Amino acid sequence: MLISNTTAIHVRDLRKTYIVPEREGGLKAALRSLVQRKSREVRAVDGITFEVSRGEVVGFLGPNGAGKTTTLKMLSGLLYPTGGEVSVLGHTPSRRENDFLRQITLVMGQRNQLVWDIPAIDSFDLNRAIYRLPAADYRRMRDELIELLDLQELMRKPVRNLSLGERMKVEMAAAMLHRPQVLFLDEPTIGLDVTMQRRIRAFVAEYNRRSGATVLLTSHYMADVEALCRRVIVIHHGKLLYDGDLGGLVERFTAHKTIEVTLGSNAVDLSSYGEVVAQDGERATLRVLKAETSRITARLLADLPVTDLVVEDPPIDDVIEHVFTQEMIR
Amino acid sequence: MSASLDFYLTQMKTAIVVQFQYRVANYFYMIGMIAEPVVYLVVWTTVARAQGGTVGGYTAEAFAAYYIVWTLVRNMNIVLTPYAWENRIRQGDLAAELIRPLHPFHFDLAYFAGWKFVAIVMWLPIAVALALIFKPALDPTAGEAAAFVVALWGGFFVRFGLLWALGLVTFFTTRVSAVFELYFTAELLLSGRLAPISLMPQWVQGLVNFLPFKWAFGFPIEVLIGQLTPAQIVTGLLAQAAWSLFGVGLVWLLWRPSLRRFAAVGG
Repeated sequence: MLISNTTAIHVRDLRKTYIVPEREGGLKAALRSLVQRKSREVRAVDGITFEVSRGEVVGFLGPNGAGKTTTLKMLSGLLYPTGGEVSVLGHTPSRRENDFLRQITLVMGQRNQLVWDIPAIDSFDLNRAIYRLPAADYRRMRDELIELLDLQELMRKPVRNLSLGERMKVEMAAAMLHRPQVLFLDEPTIGLDVTMQRRIRAFVAEYNRRSGATVLLTSHYMADVEALCRRVIVIHHGKLLYDGDLGGLVERFTAHKTIEVTLGSNAVDLSSYGEVVAQDGERATLRVLKAETSRITARLLADLPVTDLVVEDPPIDDVIEHVFTQEMIR
Repeated sequence: MSASLDFYLTQMKTAIVVQFQYRVANYFYMIGMIAEPVVYLVVWTTVARAQGGTVGGYTAEAFAAYYIVWTLVRNMNIVLTPYAWENRIRQGDLAAELIRPLHPFHFDLAYFAGWKFVAIVMWLPIAVALALIFKPALDPTAGEAAAFVVALWGGFFVRFGLLWALGLVTFFTTRVSAVFELYFTAELLLSGRLAPISLMPQWVQGLVNFLPFKWAFGFPIEVLIGQLTPAQIVTGLLAQAAWSLFGVGLVWLLWRPSLRRFAAVGG
């Protein structure tokens, strides 16, 4: 395969199929399974193709069970693909060469990679030894990460005594000590409060800016994706649904716009203008067909005592939910 | 080489720090483990006294020596149980280990080796107490003592390698317990754990030389209690080296196919 120097991740027709045993409930089925076992083929990833350039931050989206984590595991060398091509930084991940593993990291939200019973500083030292980091480089990077993530107070506490948010920050720092060139982040902000989510996001953005590392991020929080990723890849049932910029996703998958209108008076019936999504005193939110937006805006301004009017695309959360729901209906 | 040594020392230090955090739990675990050899010791001592003082050449004091050394060897024999693999796979810990540029075999070996230093320190007062109660006949030469230290670690390496390889069966079948139980039953009977090998029938004594269990357990005890000639000690140490290499070889052969089978879906 011929891959450009600027490509960090190359995936072509990637597939992963699991054979899952299947059996009905009850004694009869249990006895039958003694002689005749049934199994089913599950295509977790079904022929996806994409490329990610060096330094790019890409959101990898999909509902639960879409195949996101399986893909990340194949990209990081944890799972063998059933078929297709994968290359990360010029390496075939499934070969699991140490030179490859030293250049990547995989952070899985709520999965603990630190030693639970000892202070994080000791786990950091263990990572130094595992990644064979020269002492001076290690100290420099460690201190940089401690400062970036504000970890000074946390480093000497046993990991088990840290809150979930604190632990996630420390986990993130531990995963970056070896200055990885590719970051696979699987739900890194899951379960965290809004402030901590922001902190992690800011850190990822800063690390990307400083090191030029490539980031592939899965998250159910669209705020993560909006803050970090210009490009998103959407998969569902193991297939690629969309690969492009966030704005394009909205353009392609939504036929509606939102009009937020503030009127000079209460209790006006707006149902003839569009679907009333919310109404609170003088303020109302309407959902209208994209093609009708100009006409309805003009009508609202002409017919009613409008004091304020804003036309917006629907929130990205709603768009994504809409995409997945439509796919499920098919 | 120096990077590997650095890793081993750092991981051993980590294990020592972690295990000292759990010193009370470790003590309770150790005290629980002492019950087993004390039962054997009381039974064999009673039998010896009933038979006029000895059984198969063992006096009550020789049995005391055997089973007190037994407690140390048993502690050194504790390695990663093959049952741990199931949890490791299911809870995602293996994924975290596989992302590192280091074979998990090294990670575990260094950890358990570090733990042994804690086990030895904690064992010493227990050994003193047992010695005061049971008055063992233990008078090794300097050579036997030195050979014992090597054999003790040799036994650890033999058992570590074999059980690590056995744990890899988890990747190939979900019904692993039966395989593990078979191994542990054979080990209990043929290692010198239940009774000294020299009390077994002649054909069993011949058979155990060709199995790994004795070299991990009974052999180090026999070295220290002075039952072996220098030639037998050297042969035993060579057997330990051979079984350790066999374990490492098995891991080397099975690791890649095992990883290919590693197919944890989702998280």
